[in-house]
Amino acid sequence: MNLKDLLSPFYVWQRAFEKPYTSIRPIQERPGAAAYRGFHINISEECIGCGTCHKICQNDAIDMVRVETYEGRSGDSGLRPRFDYGRCCWCALCVDMCPAGSLRMSNEYTWITSDPTEFHFTAGVEHTTWQDNPLGYHRAEGYHLYPPKRIEMEMLPPEVSVQSFDEVVAGYSEPQALLEADRCIECGICVATCPAHMDVPDYIRSIRDRDYEKGLQLMYRTNPFPATCGRICTRRCESVCPVGIQGEAIAIRWLKRFIVDQIQPQDYARILADQTGNSGHRVAIIGAGPGGLSAAYYLRKQGHAVTVFEAQASAGGMLRYGVPSYRLPDADLDKDINYIVSLGVDIRYNTRIGKDIRFEQLLQDFDALFLSTGLSVPSSMRIHGEEHPRVLSGLQVLADVASGRDPGVGQKVAVIGGGNVAMDAARVSRRLGAEVTILYRRRIADMPADTEEIHESQEEGCHIVTQAIPVEIIAASSPQQVSIKWGEAEMVQDPKGGRPRPVLQEDRMHVETYDCIISAIGQGSDLEFLSKEIQDQLAIEWGKFAPGEYQHTSLQKVFVGGDVANRTADAISAIEDGHHAARGIDRFLNPDARTHTDQEVN
Amino acid sequence: MTLVTGHSAALDFAQPDPVDLSSGKYVKLWQGPQHPGITGNMSLELVLDGDTIIECKTHVGYLHRGFEKLMEQRTFIQNFTVVCRIAVPEPAFNEYLYAAAIEAISGVQSPPRAQWLRTLNLEMMRLASFLMWIGGQGGAFGQYTVANWSLTYRDYVLDLFEEMTGARIYHMYMVPGGVRAGLPAGFEKRILKLMDDTDKLLDQIERVMYNNVVFKARAKGLGVITREMVDPYGVVGPNARASGFRRDLRKDEPYLVYDQLDFNVISGSAGDAYERAYLRLQETRQSVNLIRQVIAGAPSDGPFQADMPNLLHWKVPAGETYVKAECTRGEYGYYMVTDGTEIVRRVHVRGPSYTHAIALMERLAVGTNIADIAGLMVSLHTYPPEIER
Repeated sequence: MNLKDLLSPFYVWQRAFEKPYTSIRPIQERPGAAAYRGFHINISEECIGCGTCHKICQNDAIDMVRVETYEGRSGDSGLRPRFDYGRCCWCALCVDMCPAGSLRMSNEYTWITSDPTEFHFTAGVEHTTWQDNPLGYHRAEGYHLYPPKRIEMEMLPPEVSVQSFDEVVAGYSEPQALLEADRCIECGICVATCPAHMDVPDYIRSIRDRDYEKGLQLMYRTNPFPATCGRICTRRCESVCPVGIQGEAIAIRWLKRFIVDQIQPQDYARILADQTGNSGHRVAIIGAGPGGLSAAYYLRKQGHAVTVFEAQASAGGMLRYGVPSYRLPDADLDKDINYIVSLGVDIRYNTRIGKDIRFEQLLQDFDALFLSTGLSVPSSMRIHGEEHPRVLSGLQVLADVASGRDPGVGQKVAVIGGGNVAMDAARVSRRLGAEVTILYRRRIADMPADTEEIHESQEEGCHIVTQAIPVEIIAASSPQQVSIKWGEAEMVQDPKGGRPRPVLQEDRMHVETYDCIISAIGQGSDLEFLSKEIQDQLAIEWGKFAPGEYQHTSLQKVFVGGDVANRTADAISAIEDGHHAARGIDRFLNPDARTHTDQEVN
Repeated sequence: MTLVTGHSAALDFAQPDPVDLSSGKYVKLWQGPQHPGITGNMSLELVLDGDTIIECKTHVGYLHRGFEKLMEQRTFIQNFTVVCRIAVPEPAFNEYLYAAAIEAISGVQSPPRAQWLRTLNLEMMRLASFLMWIGGQGGAFGQYTVANWSLTYRDYVLDLFEEMTGARIYHMYMVPGGVRAGLPAGFEKRILKLMDDTDKLLDQIERVMYNNVVFKARAKGLGVITREMVDPYGVVGPNARASGFRRDLRKDEPYLVYDQLDFNVISGSAGDAYERAYLRLQETRQSVNLIRQVIAGAPSDGPFQADMPNLLHWKVPAGETYVKAECTRGEYGYYMVTDGTEIVRRVHVRGPSYTHAIALMERLAVGTNIADIAGLMVSLHTYPPEIER
């Protein structure tokens, strides 16, 4: 035995008088670290109820429950996460995953109650003492569970795109589409927001599975214009996509386009395998635009005979005559239309109702009618001199170009307006070699046009002058030219809280001379084919119909849809109107078989 | 006691029971599953002749939660929160190996900063685990004062884990592709201060616990693992190093940033409980030193996570791999098979406790005094949860 080893242990006494290491609760509190994973905090106002937290939770500790306050908000499911602390393991994957960034954790970890049901609570809705605690775990900058950035779309450079009517957007390659499809978090907020309720997460999943045929089938359940919508849809889905809150929204439109681009037109019939029977009923559709043809597609699937009356020489409506081919090539529009027509839809071209056939005749000959005549009459600028022959309408310019005619815009063009028609008229004029100025009464941020269109117009060299109000059209010295007098405007806040209003500044006027002025400030409906008596029965307000739940009107067997019957006036809304009207018409024609057909047409 | 030599002798534990319990000469005793001398929930079925153990059978299963099977039903990212539970006192090695296995199969390369932070995390884990072990070893020989000292310092390390990762025990810090966050402000200063204090603590512990006549009397010669036993019994880590092997994966097959750190493999020769204990004390000091090196070398900015696909539905490509790391107790391995779907096909966790706590323990217990069985078991440093994945 070593004496040193006997004495050495007595060293312990040196520490006998040290302060204790332990803290005495509850006299002393010991807060969690600044990034401690404690109790959940949800900023309910910022939460959109996408349910991704619920999806990633491996313990099923999160349920999504209805919270009345948030029901009916746009881009919001109205649900909020409810936590079960009997199951939670505080891994914080829910926090990492939360695309809204509303969910995080406090650094508090002690919760004492005699009522165990309290541990099942809706964070941010039920009162908790830690809701305003600034400390606690949050997702670190630079750490992601999904890629926040969108796969960039290749486009023609503006100096090239302006040279021709070739499609500007290249479309995704397969590797690009797979990467972009991978970013989807499958929450389905987009489904609720899409007017047609397209099954977006599932068709994006079909890309990940490389099963493009399945994707096409899914898309046709709600939309027979996927090639078109894959290019020019207003894509409300993307504006509410939760991934866009802290990153860039999934490129839903380009993914849709990618699926369609993978499938050849001759394979459609085999893949979709649509059955068309013969119900013995005949339905007339007025207008072969997206609304009319969407109705035709679903009506044919229900077995009804469909006749479409179209005033123009080709089908497609605004898609053909209002959207230039650099955004939507004819071949892609035809891919959609030809498949619909192949199901046995009879289209009577160059047939204008009210001129070639009376509306009353249709009412008599057919079992049901669907009106989707669109908005075809350019709105007036309501200024002096606008009937000058060098004042063209944007719609006419676009229609001329679509039909292969030269609209004769000249070398120096002014476009009035800030919508998509104005942008397209301007970009078309650029392609025809003109120098283009766009005059708009408000600011760029107020423009109703798609932000991409505004951006691309500028890239292609269109000069945008904002806060410019047209005052008068004046004849120029040459009959081939025209002058416009316009005044600068100041934006004035609306005392009622509406959007700011431009107010003309009388002392700041300009006069410019152009080869032509293209007016593109909106369009209205042309309902002259309806007699006064019928118009009265159809309850028309501001040139638009106000249809019922199934797109029906107060006039028996007449259904309406598309731009002429909705406020949103875009292709996808028209497509949904057509689909929904087909459901309504089927219910109307087969009152006994409602449930069955509702299921069949989905 | 005959020495075990050669492979067939390693199967001694499987021989039929020669002891006639009905003779009245023996006492059968259960130690555990809940007993302070058992590391974790397992039990020893002991047959005593007087106070000498003549037979030992081990029983596990009290902690079985089916981790490996559970992982076959969850997505890859969800499993990251499961694996840490496989070895409660050392979750970080599971986190690292799970991430490393996925990275090996998918080809994802974690950025350099993440590798330094992972190394820091693993060395902190080693330190915390050794400090807990010192407490256990001291406690098993009646030195509860030392146990209180070292467990306090373990808690200080856990405080730093809490700052770094958001949690004290189940850190869930190393995700496939990197780590979840960088270091909080002022962390380096606080950890270096703790390392200085820990150095002092370890000196004190050496004086009180190691240079202690009682400890030496009881630990020396206890549970001798001879050089010949090491390979047949699958002995790894400090248990093998204390028997004269210089084996350390950090040196032999460097991973993370260990090839950039300056350290030597420590080894002993006696192979008894005291040698193992002393070796662990030295490795604790080594760990403190490595932490200082990592803090000095770790980049303070740059990405800490690789560009990853969407982890919500990540389909890791089909593949198979075995990855390993040196945990406090030796080689810790993950064998993983993926089939290209969103969930893993098979994960097999190979912790060192499996061999140490069963075959080796049954062998070493024979001939030991009943009073030393707890000290013997702690000296093998085993964690039953990793036996029962």
